[in-house]
Amino acid sequence: MRQRRLALGPSMLDDVAIRVRQNVGIVTAVLLFCVLYVLYNLAHPKGFSSAVLVQNGDEIFALAMLAMAQTVPVLASGLDLSVGAVMTMVGCFASYLLTGTAGGAPLHLDIFGLHLSLGTFPGGISGILLGIVVCLAIGALAGLINGCVVVYGRIQPIIATLATGAVYIGIALFLRPTPGGKIDEDLNWALTNSLGDFAATVHIFDDGAASWFAPVAWIPVPFVLLVLIALLVWVPFRRSVLGRAVYAVGSAEGAAYMSGLPIDRAKIAAFTLAGFFAGCGGLFLAIQTSSGNADIPQAGAYTLNSIASVVIGGTSLLGGTGSAIGSIFGAMILRVISFFFRIFDIAPLLQPLFEGLILLAAVSIGALGVLRVRNTLELFR
Amino acid sequence: MTSASLSLSRDDRPILIAALFILVILVAGTVYTFARFGSAPLLSPTYLLQQLQIGAFLGIVAAGMMVVILIAQIDLSVPWTLAAAAMMATSIGGPLAIPVGLGIGLLVGLVNGIGVAYLRVPSMIFTLGVNAVMRGLMVAHTGGYAPQTAATDLMRSLAADRTLGIPNALFVWAVVSVLVAVMLQRTALGRYIYAIGNKEAAAYLAGVDTRRVTVICFVICGVAAALAGVLLAGYSTKAYQGMGDAYLLPSIAAVVIGGTNILGGRGRYLGTLIGVVLIVLLNSVLSIMDMPEAGRQVIYGLVIIFMLLVYGRGERVTS
Repeated sequence: MRQRRLALGPSMLDDVAIRVRQNVGIVTAVLLFCVLYVLYNLAHPKGFSSAVLVQNGDEIFALAMLAMAQTVPVLASGLDLSVGAVMTMVGCFASYLLTGTAGGAPLHLDIFGLHLSLGTFPGGISGILLGIVVCLAIGALAGLINGCVVVYGRIQPIIATLATGAVYIGIALFLRPTPGGKIDEDLNWALTNSLGDFAATVHIFDDGAASWFAPVAWIPVPFVLLVLIALLVWVPFRRSVLGRAVYAVGSAEGAAYMSGLPIDRAKIAAFTLAGFFAGCGGLFLAIQTSSGNADIPQAGAYTLNSIASVVIGGTSLLGGTGSAIGSIFGAMILRVISFFFRIFDIAPLLQPLFEGLILLAAVSIGALGVLRVRNTLELFR
Repeated sequence: MTSASLSLSRDDRPILIAALFILVILVAGTVYTFARFGSAPLLSPTYLLQQLQIGAFLGIVAAGMMVVILIAQIDLSVPWTLAAAAMMATSIGGPLAIPVGLGIGLLVGLVNGIGVAYLRVPSMIFTLGVNAVMRGLMVAHTGGYAPQTAATDLMRSLAADRTLGIPNALFVWAVVSVLVAVMLQRTALGRYIYAIGNKEAAAYLAGVDTRRVTVICFVICGVAAALAGVLLAGYSTKAYQGMGDAYLLPSIAAVVIGGTNILGGRGRYLGTLIGVVLIVLLNSVLSIMDMPEAGRQVIYGLVIIFMLLVYGRGERVTS
């Protein structure tokens, strides 16, 4: 009896210890985020409130989606430099398709001096839903094209997506040479506020006044969307054969092939999913800003921040280990750091410097493990 | 013997095809201008020299970038290394302007190299952070506005003046090219660089101090970017925010179009030279055609994919 208890205790502890060790990157990211966010709310003049949470959620969502997007190709030891471009392109499409004009919006195409009429895009609720589906499909299609260029063209992902990213930015510029367009106001209101406002806008749960609904009415919609996308898209994918194949390709492509895994399909799926996630981010950004804007520097900044989020979230750029959930926390850490600038009133001019220093400090501290390496050869992987 | 000649042709093929593509661009552009304006500015030496003068800045950046890509790393800090060198050079002024500018590049390269070689942080992320820090330093230094200081006379004459009808910037580019080409082909350092790019562990076991070589490569890239910044400030008579942003992706594209493997270890300097000329000519033809920015981006992306489909395809994992 005593022996059994002794045997049980340590083995359970071992189990937890192993899990923590396997996910040390994610655990660190989550802990860091919690500490930062608690500090932020303690220091915030208004304290913890739904309004602050809603604002934070709106600012976090697009980068969190792009971080998820970047994670999938990185897991397959590729890199997707086009996520920012896909986001921008989808946002520009959204600014045409989600106007919500009653009776529909006429679409036309001006190209090479020709004026082509493309018919009318339906308006109303069904039009908006169709528009959302079309926008997400465009994002996924862009990702699929990336995947096909990488797999069938056999071009290195980093350079292939650099090139396709230029094409997508070109399409975005073609759609919106200057910022503009319009997004349905109700859609903007419903998705960028708390669950209560969402219910009131779409008229469910007695316009959000139902008594059982009250305890959750303060939760911001962006966070709900984030959790839904993570649970309904990422988790099933992670557990599917293709998802496992993505991890396998990232850790040893040759071995994955020898084991009979569908490596080509896994890579294409990884890039397609990246396009889909980036499309979600672009869609939300367009809804949030109520316009489409082919902003090249912004696209580049989002791409680079997505890579930073992935690394901070504990995913190895070499592929094979990590998770999109960690990247969400990586993105949130990056954003919370910039929230700090606001409340501590740091001069805006110094913000880029602090952002850079914090990023460098984070990756350098994470790299201190090299000091423990006994055999120099272990460094060259 | 056969494998040696085969590998030679494997490295030469991209250069040949890229050179052919330059001819195609020239012919297509000339046909267009002839049909539309009845003239052929693309074939006039004055115009070509002027385009190459602008291309010299990209060429110098690409030379440094190639050295880093050859050891299978990448330097994303180029934009603000370039801008910082230009800004510091103009604000110091006097005879020290150029040495200070180049010193900035050396310092940034040193930091990059130490982070990548000794801390083993992936270059993609470390140089990204350094770029953000440099941007932050420069924004704090200038207050976010274009600095009011002007380039020195020496910087202007190096970048904008001509000697015997040939722009001085071209001479600077030529000197940098010769230095990098000789370093890559004729020195031990060059051999080490290719060896590290192929397999760092093997190079290490063969007795190469791979970390020091990595630092040297990043220093070369930083100094090249700084030199381009100093020249660009001389060309436009002053430094300005974001002056380096337009040089990062084109320089990577030029190196890759020139046949250098993005995974390192393979590629010739001549290819990078041809890649730069290709991108510069493509840009000038597109601007002659009055192509809007949207069309430029699309064509730019398609050309890179097309060139790589022709000769840049990797090997199958199954073989």
